Amino acid sequence: MSISAIQPVPFGRRLKRFMADRPLIPLIILLVMLVVILQVLRPGIVNERWLANTVKFAIPLAILAGCQTMTMLTGGIDLSVGTVATMSAFIMATQVVNHDPAVAILIALVPAVLIGLVNGIGVGVFRVHPLIMTLGTSLIGTGCLQVYQRTVIASGAKIPPFLAWLGTGLTYGVPNALLLFVPIAVLIVFTLNRTGFGRLLYAVGDNEGAARLSGVRYWQVITALYVISSVLAGITGLLYIGLIKAPSLSLAEPLVLPSVAAAVIGGTSIFGGRGGYTGTIIGALILTVLTTLLTILQMPEGARRILFGLIVLFVTAAYLRIIEDR
Amino acid sequence: MTTNPLLDATGVVKTYGAVVALRNASLSVLPGEVHALMGANGAGKSTLVKILTGAIRADAGHILIRGEARDVRSPADARRAGLLPVYQEPSLIPDLDVASNLRLTGTPVEPFRAWVRELGIPDLDIRDIARDIPLAVLRVLDLARALAVEPDVLLLDEMTAALPANLAEKVLEVVRRQGDSGRSVIFISHRFVEISALCDRATVLRDGETVGVVDIEPGVEERIVEMMLGARIEKTRVTSRQASQAASPGDSRPRLGVANLRVGTKLNDVSFDLANGEVAGVVALEGQGQDELFAALAGSIRPSGGTIEVDGQPVRFAHPADAIRAGIAYVPGDRTEALTMQRSVRENIALPFSAALRNWGPINMRQEGSRVVSAIERLQIDTRAQREVQRLSGGNQQKVTIARWIAAEAQTVLCFDPTRGIDVGTKQEIYKLLRELADQGKSVLFYTSELEEVQRVCDRVIVIFGGRVVDVFPVELADEPALMRAAYGLPRGAKEDVGILADIHSSPVAKP
Repeated sequence: MSISAIQPVPFGRRLKRFMADRPLIPLIILLVMLVVILQVLRPGIVNERWLANTVKFAIPLAILAGCQTMTMLTGGIDLSVGTVATMSAFIMATQVVNHDPAVAILIALVPAVLIGLVNGIGVGVFRVHPLIMTLGTSLIGTGCLQVYQRTVIASGAKIPPFLAWLGTGLTYGVPNALLLFVPIAVLIVFTLNRTGFGRLLYAVGDNEGAARLSGVRYWQVITALYVISSVLAGITGLLYIGLIKAPSLSLAEPLVLPSVAAAVIGGTSIFGGRGGYTGTIIGALILTVLTTLLTILQMPEGARRILFGLIVLFVTAAYLRIIEDR
Repeated sequence: MTTNPLLDATGVVKTYGAVVALRNASLSVLPGEVHALMGANGAGKSTLVKILTGAIRADAGHILIRGEARDVRSPADARRAGLLPVYQEPSLIPDLDVASNLRLTGTPVEPFRAWVRELGIPDLDIRDIARDIPLAVLRVLDLARALAVEPDVLLLDEMTAALPANLAEKVLEVVRRQGDSGRSVIFISHRFVEISALCDRATVLRDGETVGVVDIEPGVEERIVEMMLGARIEKTRVTSRQASQAASPGDSRPRLGVANLRVGTKLNDVSFDLANGEVAGVVALEGQGQDELFAALAGSIRPSGGTIEVDGQPVRFAHPADAIRAGIAYVPGDRTEALTMQRSVRENIALPFSAALRNWGPINMRQEGSRVVSAIERLQIDTRAQREVQRLSGGNQQKVTIARWIAAEAQTVLCFDPTRGIDVGTKQEIYKLLRELADQGKSVLFYTSELEEVQRVCDRVIVIFGGRVVDVFPVELADEPALMRAAYGLPRGAKEDVGILADIHSSPVAKP
């Protein structure tokens, strides 16, 4: 059977279909364009050090955006990732004072698992809308963290050296954080494309009823999904504190909405069933480069934010027009 | 008859793209008559009703109300013209109380109350929220609300369906009296008993065309059935029995045993067996409980009574996954219910493989690929656009829904009207496939709304009417006239004089 259609298809339509089948290409073009613009505005800024820095700051965003990608594939969203990341970072930093780092990390990941479990049961079993469910657990988590802060205020906090090494260190000019990120990224891509669980995420998000008729139990998929998302967010928190090096109660909060934006820019549909993690990674890179670009323009903070918002809106709308094959 | 018709529609045409819903429909209703509108599934009744009541617009045709041409563009127009429908689905807004619902349509309260009492509900509190009122009562309230504004033409769509006997009786009585007071009623029903007791004339639709207007008199139901069947009546006699030789050799235990199955008010007491290697047809008019039967067997809804046995073991399905584990696969009539439209053909076919928790791990792509490909080849799915199922044609999409269960090697397949809205070539392929499945010892339960399919595919056919099995035919007897009669609840082999209409003269509600 031949792939080529019998009757001639107009070029524009062929191009659209090509883009729809390979949605990564326009994204990569956009990323390259942004870097070129940056180089034109500030000749010489794009060098090895800048690249390493961009990657370092893109990685935590990209992992959190991975949480959003997976939840968005099912038609959900996970707004609690910021709180979970902050909690695990803060708890680890305070527990490591009295415990072995490995133990401290395990303790720090307990609230992540708990919040994920609650999210999953709320969304999967009680059918609370994911937006509300994760927003609620996020607020509760923040409250608990404040209480926790009071109890440990005297003990102080520190950051284990190997997390600082992982977060900020370079080996031959390559960020060490890639040691954590590459396996995670490979695992997410593999899960989405080559495992039964990944298939079910797409299926549930595309047509829950059809998945049900095929024997899929919604609550199982959703519960597992939100636990995974939360654990990933917890790990991100550990990495992020190695990068920022200052534990605070709103450490990862500023990453939450950009992580949603990265997934959307990366072509994952917020309505579910469509998207993938590679696009999201590029989306996270685009957002990070865009932030640098706006910073070097030396605009006032307000104007910068306005521009950032406009660009995100424009890029997303244009991208959807390009890849949507209707 | 010399009186001018109250409502006169002629030459009504409506097409949806390439599909012709109404070819040339006409309907003429005289003052003071109760007029039945009849036709098999898909004949165009609902389309005609929607046009008359302004819900959709006709492409061509004239509609005269009291001799004047009226352009009914919206339900409100129809209302002003004196034409009021009562649909099958309750139309009160569930979150408002009855009084607010009345205000919404400007219905006077006192006449409404009077009608409600008349219709056999003495104790209605109009401050009750509509949501809390039982379905049967809601339907009666709909009727009372329509009656209260004294419409010239009242249009009742399956008014007595889902009503308990005592309420149905009152409703019929009230409808009958409407006619006596000079108003007209268009009465849509599948039940000959009601039509014979109530109606003066009947208009029969077939394939979007009005094929006859008959006076209701004893023995007329045979003529109506003939009209609904049209030319098909002759050719079916020829094609009988070729399907039956494949019937299974008597297996002692049936694959699927259903006993006294009940679901809510829709399905009351259905029992039958499905053998290995058998294709059993299910024939029913719309809304006779077949949807609930299939949903219950597929594990989508829980039955309210009765038992289901698989290979002699009693089973209870709480989720479709339970049914699938018992080897029962359900192919719904609506493809959009079964497919993940943005995903590939391969993922759609392979979906059941991953469903169980133990299959969440890495997929063996080679093995999956070969299973999927063999199912695709078996059904000859055109895979040129396989990246997204939504790019496939309807027929190919339907094939994917079936291919899924062939790849999953389901032992029993429940096919709900699998050939609806697909091309003739694909239909033939699906018939062939269902026969092949049976030849391999699998069992198929096959609901179809196209009666001619029964003899092409089935070994046996179960006819359901009003939520009960009314007849079971061997295939050689299941020609279209026989099925049509049975589907309308008429006894098998009824001749002109022994029809239900024969005793109408002794019945108290009979017309003079």
